[in-house]
Amino acid sequence: MRYLFRTDYRQDMALWRHKGDLFWYGLLVVGLLVIPMAMGEFYVGELGGLFIFAIAGVSLMLLVGYTGLISLGHSAFLGIGAYVNSVLLAKGVPFIVTLPAAGLFTALCGAAIGWPTLRMSGLYLAIATLAFGSIVGTIFQKWTSVTGGFDGFPVPTPDIFGYPIEGATGIYYVSLLVLIFVIWLTANLLRTPVGRAMVAIRDSEVSAQSMGIHIARYKALAFAISAGMTGLAGALFAHYVRYLAPDAFDVLLSVQFVTIVFVGGLGSIHGAVFGAIFVRLLPQAIAIVRDDLPFGIGRMPGLEPSLFGLVLVLVILFQPGGINGLWLKTKHWFQAFPLKRQASFRRQKSYARSERLK
Amino acid sequence: MEDAARLLQLIVNGAAAGCIYGLIALGFVLIYKATEMVNFAQGEIMMLGAFVAYTLISHFGMSYWAGFLLAICITAVFGYLLDAVVLRRVIGQPQFAVVMLTLGLGFIFRAAAGIGWGYDPVGFNTPFTNRTVGAGSLILGQDNVSIIVGTVVLCGILFVFFSKTRVGVAMQASSQNQLAAYYMGIPVRRIFSLIWAIAAGVAAIAGILLSPVSMIDVNMGFLGIKAFAAAVIGGFGSIPGSVIGGVLVGIVEQLAGYYLPVGFQEVTSNVVLLGMLILRPQGLFAERMGKRV
Repeated sequence: MRYLFRTDYRQDMALWRHKGDLFWYGLLVVGLLVIPMAMGEFYVGELGGLFIFAIAGVSLMLLVGYTGLISLGHSAFLGIGAYVNSVLLAKGVPFIVTLPAAGLFTALCGAAIGWPTLRMSGLYLAIATLAFGSIVGTIFQKWTSVTGGFDGFPVPTPDIFGYPIEGATGIYYVSLLVLIFVIWLTANLLRTPVGRAMVAIRDSEVSAQSMGIHIARYKALAFAISAGMTGLAGALFAHYVRYLAPDAFDVLLSVQFVTIVFVGGLGSIHGAVFGAIFVRLLPQAIAIVRDDLPFGIGRMPGLEPSLFGLVLVLVILFQPGGINGLWLKTKHWFQAFPLKRQASFRRQKSYARSERLK
Repeated sequence: MEDAARLLQLIVNGAAAGCIYGLIALGFVLIYKATEMVNFAQGEIMMLGAFVAYTLISHFGMSYWAGFLLAICITAVFGYLLDAVVLRRVIGQPQFAVVMLTLGLGFIFRAAAGIGWGYDPVGFNTPFTNRTVGAGSLILGQDNVSIIVGTVVLCGILFVFFSKTRVGVAMQASSQNQLAAYYMGIPVRRIFSLIWAIAAGVAAIAGILLSPVSMIDVNMGFLGIKAFAAAVIGGFGSIPGSVIGGVLVGIVEQLAGYYLPVGFQEVTSNVVLLGMLILRPQGLFAERMGKRV
């Protein structure tokens, strides 16, 4: 078991807790870089999709897990990013410009929707983002001159300095790069006063405000950053699906994103990645066992959403820490062996925090 | 005259649809006022109530009214158990956990209804199906009129219940101040479960009243999203406010469907909702309160 003795404030803020972190994450990145050479096209494509979901998961984690705000409209931001990127590409703008443009424009949309709605309590935000998501979804359908409506929109092949990004491998590497960038950005953000202000808002708005944190500003900032990163994911998503149709960006997708955050474990970047792995693996797992299930359950039309619902319910009721919490518990069990005690991870008694004005 | 009659027709149809939104919103508001939870599965509970009524009336051959009452009771018991078994466990978790929990429950209910009753729309005969009442040049479907009358009667019953009966007053007390209610010997937890039961029962009534107008199917619960607009207009705290809000949303939606191009009708309720949240987040009927730290 490793004990961390801190002798300097810089250690507290460091990106790596110790040299071991640097080694293992470096190994992981090298492994991920090598994978496309060893694996088939299908698996590389699936991993690319996983990275895109992980980007969205990290961005939503910043919002839900670290700032304590809920959004049920992130599929709309994904869609905005996807359409901005594709429409600009079709007009002949290079990919190196359209990708950041998609992120920035989505961030602006996030700020625009966030600023008026964030004065409200969490519940209203959930409802407002739900409404926003469905309005944007309808716009995608009806604004046929730009989005192509239900006929869809073929996404042009992007290129970087003349090298076309083609096939699953191209998307894989670009997504991996963006995912690393997004994680790096989020991890760094959380070490700054801005990130700490967000965590303070999550833990108690009243005390954050008393410490001089401008709540509305930081909430809108968190919303904009989260939306912008989801916009980046959306730009990549467009290349992943290759053919944009408006019905891809529905409420169900937003619920999947929030499922990533909850199942992965609130308040940890690891959790966002774990959650993305879970959400991408579940449909594959269903597809594998579909024919072996009894009573024709496998051929039930609503099987996937209901399983997502069930997992969400079970996680919230019995494992609020999510996969990340489970991992921490397992690690603790081994590290403390044989001294694990019943009380180690016992949940504290908690009380409802009223949002009601009294 | 043609135009005035048509306008009136649209308004009545809108009010009927709006009453359904209002009834679902009423469930949101009841639960929110008492427990500060928002039940995103309210629309799905309405669907379950309608399906239960369908089973009782079409399969067990009960009369419409007997099936109506029994379905309400069954759904209410379901609502009670839902709170007692599931939702009571998440007290103390962040509010968005409850949002996600009820959303997840909604998905499960939809799947369960799909397994139990299939994915094809069904319907049953009611005393109001395909009948009309005429008033001058105005011809109204009895189904729409029954929704409006049913809502008014239900609001009356709820008003009497909350202001005159012991349990109703206890419910008001526990939603105003839990701790004080607890000290006064009110079994707060049971009262909360009872409130869930009432909300579920009201949802079942909405579902059954709606069944002659539109068929019963698994996706009927999506109406719940429109009902949010109703609840927000009402300020998420006032019971008459939510019904009035529902009627407003319904009428605006009908008028938008008639006067605006195709496609606007579906988003009207969402636009109204967002506009309301931006311009007047406290709703039309809520009193303003300050916060004491």
